[in-house]
Amino acid sequence: MDHVTDKLPKGFSGLTHDLGSDQTAFKKVPWGKAMMWIFLLSDTFIFSCFLISLMTARASTTVEWPNASEVFGLHVFGVEVPLLLIAIMTFVLITSSGTMAIAVKFGYEKKRKLCAWFLLLTALGGLTFVGMQAFEWTKLIFHEGIRPWSNPFGAAQFGSFFFMVTGFHGTHVSIGVIFLFIMARKTWRGDFDAGRRGFFTSMKSNYEAIEIMGLYWHFVDLVWVFIFAFFYLW
Amino acid sequence: MAQENKQEVTTHKIGIYLWIWGLLFVFSFFSYMVDYLNFEGLLRWTLIVAFMFSKAALIMAIFMHLYWERWAIVNVLLWPMSFILVFIGIMVAESEYTFFTRLIYFVVGS
Repeated sequence: MDHVTDKLPKGFSGLTHDLGSDQTAFKKVPWGKAMMWIFLLSDTFIFSCFLISLMTARASTTVEWPNASEVFGLHVFGVEVPLLLIAIMTFVLITSSGTMAIAVKFGYEKKRKLCAWFLLLTALGGLTFVGMQAFEWTKLIFHEGIRPWSNPFGAAQFGSFFFMVTGFHGTHVSIGVIFLFIMARKTWRGDFDAGRRGFFTSMKSNYEAIEIMGLYWHFVDLVWVFIFAFFYLW
Repeated sequence: MAQENKQEVTTHKIGIYLWIWGLLFVFSFFSYMVDYLNFEGLLRWTLIVAFMFSKAALIMAIFMHLYWERWAIVNVLLWPMSFILVFIGIMVAESEYTFFTRLIYFVVGS
């Protein structure tokens, strides 16, 4: 760590020191990382609004809510396994979060190629997740007849919440996958070592960019933890 | 922006990430088992929420490095989230009210 910031007080006195220093409030935090955190905080509120309105719809309807365990069940080898696809999707997304954390570590250690490989693995994990989600949507729309305004299982609001919540999350994953591929290419080419300027911002960057990318990706995983609990399990 | 502090960032051993990864797998498996074994009622909700928060805490603390960040940013991030709890409280009251009016007008009234 930087020798100046190492002398800073820690814990609560560190908090008052940093905020009262009349300078940069978030010491040791690069501006890009602070901005990503603030964005993620706002995104947290968006997803909270979705999940809270799900709660409101479910608690206020007099019609029975569809049993997610049966709706998302999968028929494998003649046996009906509840929530199988969703469980696999959860494990895939957690795995990609793990490879992302390792990519960040290799980035800071300047192991360029290892970092790029792990970014690529993460992107492929994300792609698998989106692929399985596309499969799930196809199954529910064409075979089960679930629509945003009606479904054969119970309360009509179920469909609109399913498509909105998982759709919004899937969009986040897709955007993340695109950026992971871009970052993997930049890392492989050595942009962060050579100080090459980015094609869009025309600014030099370094391996902090990988950590910022990682924050976004872990957040996508984090949101899935809550969707898994509240939409599929509850 | 020029990077004025050329910092030598200390990284963590790969083992800690693999450990957290394993723990997340275990917690996910447990929360799946809650559904598979058909736990019902308060036990189900308690277990789901417990596993959910354990996973969220591990991801935020270790994968997102919040454990090693300074308190200035940690507090700025975590305190606003308490408003979500307030919002949940408001909407619970609201949905109960809606539910009872629906009972009265749709079910009893029809």
